[in-house]
Amino acid sequence: MNQLVHLLGYSFAQNAIAAGVVIAIVSGIVSRFVVARNMAFAVHALAELGFTGSAAAILIGISPVIGLMTGSMITAVFIGTLGVRVRERDAVVGVVMAFGLGLGVLFLTLYPHYANVALSILFGTIVGVTQSDVVLLVVIGALTLAALAVVYRPLTFATVDPEVAEARGVPVRGLAIAFLLILAAAVAEAVQVVGVLLILTLLITPGASAERLTARPGRAAVYSVAIALFCVIAGILLALETNVAVSVYVTSLSFILYLGSRFLVGPILLGREQHRGP
Amino acid sequence: MAEAGRRASVRFDAATLDYHDRRVWSDLSLEFDEPSFVAILGPNGSGKTSLLRVILGLTPLAAGTVEVLGQAPRRGNPGIGYVPQHQSFDQDLPLRGRDLVQMGIDGHRWGVGRPSAADRRRVSEVIEAVEATPYADAAIGRLSGGEQQRLRIAQAIVGDPRLLLCDEPLASLDLHHQQEITDLIGGWQRRTGRTVLFVTHDVNPILQLVDRVLFVVNGRWAAGTPDEVLTSERMSELYGSHVDVLRVHGRILVVSESTGSGFELEEPHHLPEIHPGGPPPSPRQAP
Repeated sequence: MNQLVHLLGYSFAQNAIAAGVVIAIVSGIVSRFVVARNMAFAVHALAELGFTGSAAAILIGISPVIGLMTGSMITAVFIGTLGVRVRERDAVVGVVMAFGLGLGVLFLTLYPHYANVALSILFGTIVGVTQSDVVLLVVIGALTLAALAVVYRPLTFATVDPEVAEARGVPVRGLAIAFLLILAAAVAEAVQVVGVLLILTLLITPGASAERLTARPGRAAVYSVAIALFCVIAGILLALETNVAVSVYVTSLSFILYLGSRFLVGPILLGREQHRGP
Repeated sequence: MAEAGRRASVRFDAATLDYHDRRVWSDLSLEFDEPSFVAILGPNGSGKTSLLRVILGLTPLAAGTVEVLGQAPRRGNPGIGYVPQHQSFDQDLPLRGRDLVQMGIDGHRWGVGRPSAADRRRVSEVIEAVEATPYADAAIGRLSGGEQQRLRIAQAIVGDPRLLLCDEPLASLDLHHQQEITDLIGGWQRRTGRTVLFVTHDVNPILQLVDRVLFVVNGRWAAGTPDEVLTSERMSELYGSHVDVLRVHGRILVVSESTGSGFELEEPHHLPEIHPGGPPPSPRQAP
């Protein structure tokens, strides 16, 4: 505990927590749409090609965060324009992902110290984020939240009720692409905490847990953000205290919260909602 | 065709629709005045849903014109309410019937949006009108087909549309719920004096309500009152083969002498026994 208090005085720990808060809020909201739109596979592709992007960035000597962002954005555009139908989408995701990841391997082989870099991108590095990366992450996070706020209502409509949404004039197709871009930014953010391979722990689990707790869309968003915030902040603090990677804690905590939501708290809360009515 | 003072809800003029390279129907010229209850009939794949999509402004015509409520069709026309073909909601989806109805008011607007007190009142009123209040706050994916359909209708009428489009709203419902949903839509239409276009492959559940019929088959069409259109002569002409239209116990059956034509004229499971005055069969007893 003393070690933790001592470490919190350092800027690297404060940076990590500042970035963590923004990342958790973005992840909490985005994960609800990922669950409702069945996009787990797309999330993985965006993350893995973000990895390719950051490997390329390191190779040419720019910020890996920018590389990650660029990689997942380009992937989002590919998936959005090539995969119109749902069935087609998964195929396109697979095709693009395999090729892009191959490129990533190439970039890493070209870079002399690749093992270390690969490890930190694949499994998360938040405690090592620099001051300038924190600023970048906060800016990307704020822009992502602003974009989400603009599209939130029609995106919800298009997600849960696409036929009527289309008939009511909602640009369903345009929103699908817009959401992919938002998702790409969220992926680039979440990778900082948990890494490419564990990305779903922040972009699926909070949303999946939240839907077990309530039938109300507004509350589900609040629960999802709260769960993501708890996992990220507690994960960072535990990591500072123990020197085990953040992602180990975040994945464990989010898994425990999912089980708790599904089997323990969820049935109680849902029962109470039914009982009380509106 | 329109008399002075009558308003056309929908007017087609020499309209032709293609789907990819296939001609779905052509040279459709007709007009549905307000108020009317129109049944759009025909076998699967005859372009009934496409007809609704044209009216919704989602599919363009290959030729000819269509006018909807006096204007060219456009997406998001607030004068149209739409009940899409049944699609069930995931049972874990955090969405209440109340939220679905609310989307009928403002779901298409940008922003996060919190419903105003007036909107919330309007939503509650409409939910009450379709008798869905007891389950409007439960997760919609956990409701029965009939309950979901009531909430869908509430969503479609919450904006007080002039034209209500229903795409097979009775499909996947048992007889008892078919009757309830029919009464609900028919009651709304009579109360408001608006127009309903009701796509169905079986006209019988709505026969008492219908004042106009559009029958589409194999690229050809016929329109008029049920008595004009649903005759052996007109149907044989449309199908291009001998077809009998039988009236049995107040029901209309369209029967072809061979089913080799490729069209399912009447699905056998839509020929239930009739219970005059008696209780409707319970869902569990239905085949």
